[in-house]
Amino acid sequence: MRPDDRKYLESHEWAKLDSDTVIIGITDFAVEQLSHGNEDDLVYCDLPEVGRQLEMGETFGEIESVKAVGDLNSPVAGEVVEVNSEIEEHLEVLAQDPWGKGWLIRIKPLTKSLDHLLDAARYEKVLAEART
Amino acid sequence: MRHTPLHDVHLASGAKMVDFGGWRMPVQYGPILDEIRCVRGGAGLFDLSHMGRVRIAGPDAVRFVDRVASCFCARIPKGAIRYGLLCREDGNPIDDLLVYRDDKSVVSLVLNAANTERDLSWLREHTPGLDVTIEDRTEELAMIAIQGPLSRSVLQREIESADLEALGYYRFLFATLCGIDDVRVSRTGYTGEVGYEVYLPAAESERVWKALLAAGGAEGLRPIGLGARDTLRLEAGMALYGHEIDEAHNAIEAGLAFAVSFVSEKGDWIGRSSLARIAENPTRALVGITTDGVRVPRQGYSLWRGDQEVGEVCSGAVSPTLDTYIGTAYLPLELAHPGQEVDMELRGKRQACTVVELPFYSRTRS
Repeated sequence: MRPDDRKYLESHEWAKLDSDTVIIGITDFAVEQLSHGNEDDLVYCDLPEVGRQLEMGETFGEIESVKAVGDLNSPVAGEVVEVNSEIEEHLEVLAQDPWGKGWLIRIKPLTKSLDHLLDAARYEKVLAEART
Repeated sequence: MRHTPLHDVHLASGAKMVDFGGWRMPVQYGPILDEIRCVRGGAGLFDLSHMGRVRIAGPDAVRFVDRVASCFCARIPKGAIRYGLLCREDGNPIDDLLVYRDDKSVVSLVLNAANTERDLSWLREHTPGLDVTIEDRTEELAMIAIQGPLSRSVLQREIESADLEALGYYRFLFATLCGIDDVRVSRTGYTGEVGYEVYLPAAESERVWKALLAAGGAEGLRPIGLGARDTLRLEAGMALYGHEIDEAHNAIEAGLAFAVSFVSEKGDWIGRSSLARIAENPTRALVGITTDGVRVPRQGYSLWRGDQEVGEVCSGAVSPTLDTYIGTAYLPLELAHPGQEVDMELRGKRQACTVVELPFYSRTRS
């Protein structure tokens, strides 16, 4: 079971409320899909500038592995207030700790509700279907 | 999706499987970059059973192949192989292929998996008036490649009745492999290394796969997926249908003139006159590009010189052999020279690329 202290998108991003901001990352499944368990296969992560306004579902960046490029989509609308720039130099952190140190951006959301997103149980169902 | 006879063996090895050309195929067994290094430094084993294998037989077999393929089949010595293309009248290819000259009246073809059905229809459309039969042998045969500096010694251990040392590049013979008689062994490949491709009864493929891995495992022979295969062929400057060549990119501008025969003895063939015109007056050329930037070139990224769009990336990869990012692209002739600079654009950001000569890697040139 994935952490239930946060919500999920079907495209494998997670969103976690942290006081008046929302932290965004990608799930272990997304990392696995790109790297097949080989953290060295991750080659690049493109993150937005602080201050950029994002709409819900908007692509804010890309993550690239040796053989694939994946979009990063925002689970919420709002303004990017912080970017985990360390990730761009240390992609292995994404594989090692996607739920914590591997966070990508922090957003000041237009509304603080995450009700439109999947909870951990429903996200698990999405993954189960993706595997069949 | 179709399964090769080795499908379950790949699953048991923990391969990541993907859909490719209508087949479920292993894209990688482990880290792709390690698989590339394994083939360059040792040896790798590839399941290529998805590729189309077609037997052309009959008194007009050679004449037929000379009518549909770009290479000069009648001039291929028995026991030799040529690379060629199946072209439309406009000169653009519907596929590329290997042509094996088995005998006076038998020619074997190896086709791309994704194109095999279409190729077969195309071939059958062009038989009228010729005494020839076309047999799809893809199901009954398996195809396994062993590639890399250690491939010869490993494969030789499982072969009786043949000396691989004596088998020249683009030559083939029939040998006894793991006790199976009459296995076609050809010195061909798609990696730029010494290597061999073997064609054997599908039912024997699992046993041979495991025997080869057992024979070479101690020296580092590993199964290699399509991901590494794509980078290996790109480093070696080899075209891939759907990337460097397709229905809008012809063999001449792709630098494949060696596979196109205009000699009169071959007679007329489909695409000949169009390709002859293009050869007189090409407008662009396939080049290699390298980049030290953060992004890997990928098919479809546009290339710019100043405010002018000058081309598009055909293939791209992380190259562990060259330790840089590499790609191929078509550029106007005036830019298609080593040392020229172009920018690759994606999402409004530009990244400098340098034109280099193909191939990026040659085992005999360093």
